[in-house]
Amino acid sequence: MALTGVEIFKLLPKTNCKKCGQPTCLAFAMKLAQRQVSLDQCPDVSEESKQKLGEASAPPIRPVTLGAGTRAVKMGEETVLFRHEKKFVNPCAFAVKIEDTLSEADAAKKIDEVLASEIDRVGQKLRVDAMFLSNDSGDAAKLEALAKLAAQKAPDVPVIISTVNPDAAGAALGHFSGKNAVLYGANAGNLPAMAEKAKAAKAALGIAAKNLDELSDLTEKAKGLGIEDMVIDSGARKAGEILRDNTYIRRAALKKGIKQVGYPVINFAERGDEMLESLVAGLAVKKYGSIVVLGAVRKWKDLVLFSLRQNIYTDPQVPMQVQQKVYKIGEPGPKSPFLITTNFSLTYFIVSGEIENCKVPCRLAVMDSEGLSVLTAWAAGKFTASRISQFITESGIGEELEQKELIIPGYVAILSGAIEDKLPGWKITVGPREANGLPAFLKARA
Amino acid sequence: MPFTPPKESYNGKIFELALGSGEKALAIGGENVLSFHGFEGSTPRKPVIAMEVQDIAPADWPQTVQDVYKDVSGDPVAWALHCQDKLGAEAIALRLTGTHPDKGDISAEQAAATVKKVLEAIKVPLIILGSNHAEKDTAVLVKAAEAAKGSNCVIGKAQEANYKTIAAAAMANDLKLIAMSELDINLSKQLNILITQMGFDREKLITDPMCSALSYGLEYTYSVMERIKLAALAQNDPVLQPPMLADAGMYVWKVKETQAPEAGLPEWGSLAERGIAWEAVTASSFLVSGADMLIMRHPAAVEAVKKFIAEMEV
Ligand code: B12
Ligand code: SF4
Repeated sequence: MALTGVEIFKLLPKTNCKKCGQPTCLAFAMKLAQRQVSLDQCPDVSEESKQKLGEASAPPIRPVTLGAGTRAVKMGEETVLFRHEKKFVNPCAFAVKIEDTLSEADAAKKIDEVLASEIDRVGQKLRVDAMFLSNDSGDAAKLEALAKLAAQKAPDVPVIISTVNPDAAGAALGHFSGKNAVLYGANAGNLPAMAEKAKAAKAALGIAAKNLDELSDLTEKAKGLGIEDMVIDSGARKAGEILRDNTYIRRAALKKGIKQVGYPVINFAERGDEMLESLVAGLAVKKYGSIVVLGAVRKWKDLVLFSLRQNIYTDPQVPMQVQQKVYKIGEPGPKSPFLITTNFSLTYFIVSGEIENCKVPCRLAVMDSEGLSVLTAWAAGKFTASRISQFITESGIGEELEQKELIIPGYVAILSGAIEDKLPGWKITVGPREANGLPAFLKARA
Repeated sequence: MPFTPPKESYNGKIFELALGSGEKALAIGGENVLSFHGFEGSTPRKPVIAMEVQDIAPADWPQTVQDVYKDVSGDPVAWALHCQDKLGAEAIALRLTGTHPDKGDISAEQAAATVKKVLEAIKVPLIILGSNHAEKDTAVLVKAAEAAKGSNCVIGKAQEANYKTIAAAAMANDLKLIAMSELDINLSKQLNILITQMGFDREKLITDPMCSALSYGLEYTYSVMERIKLAALAQNDPVLQPPMLADAGMYVWKVKETQAPEAGLPEWGSLAERGIAWEAVTASSFLVSGADMLIMRHPAAVEAVKKFIAEMEV
């Protein structure tokens, strides 16, 4: 149970020495209760208090890292139930299931698909994050062969080993030492042995419970066995069960401080019907999954799920923005077209993407409009004739151009006259409304 | 160690709204918990998916969606019956696109005649939508409302710029009304207040907080819906208690992801599935965030969302 500010205060030295940067111990205690400061900022706190407070000040959902190196994925540490309250912290990981019953060629194909899944989207590189190696055969040798293949072909891709057999687990994990793998499949029947294997390989332990009661029982026992990092599965499989259990888990961890369920959640979305699979995976993205297991990699499904995850995990207060400046696309010369847009990431990447695709070198002025889209910025008075002309003048870009011509988005055609008035010597041209009209428009001019 | 589920209960409840008449009549809303949270309260009605039909052939829809309706889309009655009888639509949303000044400028009288014909042909509830041209919609929806008198169907959308006329028409002809504002809980609240101040019964309203497509503002609609639902339930704010609508199809089928062929963008994968998934993921996201009713276009996307709704029952 999280401690209140006053409870924390009782455990502090009460000297008001200010070494923590706060005016008083009470002020520090209040901030600690809200997790705005960390306990180690007070140098004088006693060992005994430290232990008591350490427990209480730990994040309600434990941070766990899946994988190592550049592809490592951070999970947990969430602080709210609804994204409008505060940004969701660590985007969920997508893992694709690879069964050890597949032929080596089929398994290799799936691994290749994971490696080839990367897509550039709104400036972020997104991909299927992990492989879920599943011991469907029940045969330890088969799981190990698959583990070996995966470790060889995709050494940097994070791995979740799924088995209920501790011996199989040990052998497979051997291929991922130092890689922060997850060993999934610890249950009431095998917990101590699985915990041993996970500890030996420094892997997180994936608890596979049948229901929420059993889940909190198993995590408690695993903790007693010295396991710190866990990933939890309540046994929910149907979409409605996933919503119910994930909601209970998130609420219990955040609102009630119940440590037994304060871990990242793993959800299973694989369905024979891949359209339905996309929707169930989407539910897990929105409602508190940290690892979402999929049945197969498909490019269309990746794009949909990556986009959804990006939407759900954006900061509700600050839209994604790019820096204000004149960007060069290709190698524009003095005669190349010059266009303007707003600094909303989505707008910038759509427009620059279309220009890149049609291979006409251009200059693209991106104006700070507080991250708003063209029409929103116009409606909000951030993309107006006077602001645009001021930006163009200050950029000095006119010097680089043979003819001073500015192409504006079709949706703000209404601004063209006013900009022309404010930018003497410039010609204002109205471009197409949608960015996908740009290639034809630019090619026709070239 | 037993786990005590931290259940939430609320004082507020979403109004239950009856649509249509006869054996295919429906109701939406009535829940006293967040969407699909039947595990801690009451969710008496399943969300409803209305399939979109237009008064004119949908020339601006991507080919992939035009094709599935190519045998019927020239005739709104045939199209509506196809959706009802062949595709199992629970409701039809008739969008009077052709009345838009840029898309044929069909007269209000002619539009009303189309409404009448469709209403006579179908058994499922009808949702009548204008062309989203605030001015023209006032004329069109007034006539359309007269044509639909007594059918207990839905008409919309009333917006800040034109709500007075449209709300009055809905009231005079005893129809349910969609009130649409622009992605802001306070604007939504304000519009609902203005409409009820005219004497319109708030239990006959449907709130449309304005939809958006996946990757094109979905997170805004998603969060506005969650906030409206929470305010309706937790703060028991009656102004925000009408059921919510997500008019998803029209936003989805104009974005590039539902149109660009795979040849130019191999990393985006199959266009057919990508488009359907784009609509189904967008629509199902709004069900999760609070919508009680959807308007959708592609039958395969509708099918997927129906399966999702079925799986959400526990
Ligand atoms: C999400 C959204 C918001 C979000 C903001 C999102 C953001 N970061 O901008 C929020 C909720 C904050 C918002 C607020 C408002 N919004 Co708003 N919003 C939208 C919505 C749904 C999507 C906008 C979007 O993301 N578009 C996607 C981007 C990529 O589009 P884009 O920037 O226009 O770029 C496209 C083209 O313009 C073109 N393009 C871009 N640059 C260039 C450059 C050149 C040279 C060329 C040729 C082409 C080109 O290519 C792109 C793709 O085709 C639209 C409705 C809609 N579906 O469009 C309304 C919309 C833009 N909003 C609108 C309004 C009125 C507002 C508000 C004033 C109302 C309110 N709710 O308070 C406020 C103003 C904001 C403020 N701070 O005061 C209106 C604008 C009406 C108008 N015609 O002027 C719209 C159109 C909704 C409507 N139908 O009424 N909004
Ligand atoms: S450093 Fe510790 S003892 Fe000093 S004021 Fe801060 S909390 Fe109190």
